[in-house]
Amino acid sequence: MQTIDLRGVCCPTNFVKAKLALEMIDAGEVVEFLLDDGEPVKNVPKSLKAEGHKLLGLKETDGYYTLTIEKVE
Amino acid sequence: MADNNKTTTIDLNNLKAGGFIKERGKDLFTVRLRVPGGRMTVPRLKKIAEVAEKFGGEFVHLSMRQSIELININFKDFDAVTEELGEGGQKVASCGARVRVPTACGGCEYNPNGLVDTQAAALEVDQKLFGTETSHHKFKVGFAGCPFDCPKSATNDVGFQGAIWPELDLDECISCGLCTKSCTDGAIETGADGKPLFHSDRCTWCGDCVKVCPTDAWRTTKKGYTVRIGGKWGRHPLVGTLFATFLPEEQVVEFIAAVLAWYKEKAEGLGRIRLGDVIIREGTDSLLSHLRLKFPENVVAKTIPPQVIETQVGKP
Repeated sequence: MQTIDLRGVCCPTNFVKAKLALEMIDAGEVVEFLLDDGEPVKNVPKSLKAEGHKLLGLKETDGYYTLTIEKVE
Repeated sequence: MADNNKTTTIDLNNLKAGGFIKERGKDLFTVRLRVPGGRMTVPRLKKIAEVAEKFGGEFVHLSMRQSIELININFKDFDAVTEELGEGGQKVASCGARVRVPTACGGCEYNPNGLVDTQAAALEVDQKLFGTETSHHKFKVGFAGCPFDCPKSATNDVGFQGAIWPELDLDECISCGLCTKSCTDGAIETGADGKPLFHSDRCTWCGDCVKVCPTDAWRTTKKGYTVRIGGKWGRHPLVGTLFATFLPEEQVVEFIAAVLAWYKEKAEGLGRIRLGDVIIREGTDSLLSHLRLKFPENVVAKTIPPQVIETQVGKP
C-alpha cells in the first residue's frame, strides 16, 4: 500500500496533492495519507469523501494522522 | 439658457422605496441596486455595466450589503436609468424605514459547508417582504448557510443560520474517530468502547460529523434555521440573541412577518428605534410568547436580550 506524506503541506494544497495521488491508482486500491493535526485532518477527509472516495479509517501517531482511503471511480 | 428653464419630469413612483441616495454636490445621486443574496447573473451584470457607462461615473461601488451602487447619476436621468436597468431585469433597492434587501452567503448549491438553501430564502424574502414599511426604522434580514456564519447573521434585525441535528446509528459506526476529530466544538468524544459519545449541549449544529462520516452512521434528522433577533451595527452595536431553532426553511417569511408585526406594535410612539432596542425595553418574554403562538416547535424556552457591544469604552 502506498503512503503519501502530506505533513507540512497546507490546505488546500494537501487536498489537491491527494487528488493527484488518487489519479495515479486504480479504483478499489487503498492508499494512506499522512496529515497534520488541525485544519488538514479536519478538511482533507471530508473533501475526499465529498469526491466519492471511501474513508476506511483514521489513526493518530505521535501528533499526526494516518488516513486510509479506498479509491472509488 | 433655454435649457435651464426646461422643467424636469421624473416618475416619482420610482422613488417610493428609496434606493436613490443624495451625493455630495449638485444634482448627483447614488443608485442602489436590488441584489438579494448577492447573486448576480452574468447578463444582468453586463446590463448594469452598460447603464453605469452611459449614465454614471468612472466606477461602481460594491455596498456592504452585497449591492452594486451606481455612482454620480444625475437626477434627471432617474427614469432612463430605471427603464434601462429594467430591460435587464435589474431593479432599484431601498433605503429608509423599510425591510431591506436580504443578504445571504452562497448557500448549499456549490459551497460544501452550506447546510440550507440561503439563496432561495433571500429571493423569497425579497419577493414577499422587500420595501415593507416598518413605521420606525430600517429592518435587515440576513441568511448564513452554516454556523461559520460568513454573513454575520446576528448583526441583522432577524438573522438566520443554517443548522442540522445529527444522530448516530451505532450499528453503522466503524469507530474510525473521524467525527471526534472533525468536531470543532468538542461535542463528540470517543468513549471507552471506541464509539463516539455525543454531548448535544455543546453541538452548534454545523453538520461536520455527518459530512465526514465514512459510513453514514451520522445522519441528519432535522434541518432548518437557528434564528437570532435584535442585531444591528452602527454607532451603538447590538448582537442579536437566540429566539428559535430548526425553523423550517418554508416558514422563514411567515416568521419574519410575525417579528415585524410585534415590532410595529411595540415601537408605537417611540419614533426611530431599531428592533433590538425595542426588545431591550420590552423584555424578551413578550416577543418569545408572541412568536410561540405560531411557532411552538421552534421558539426557545428562554433567551437573553440583544447584547450591547461596548465600542466606546476606553475613550480619552
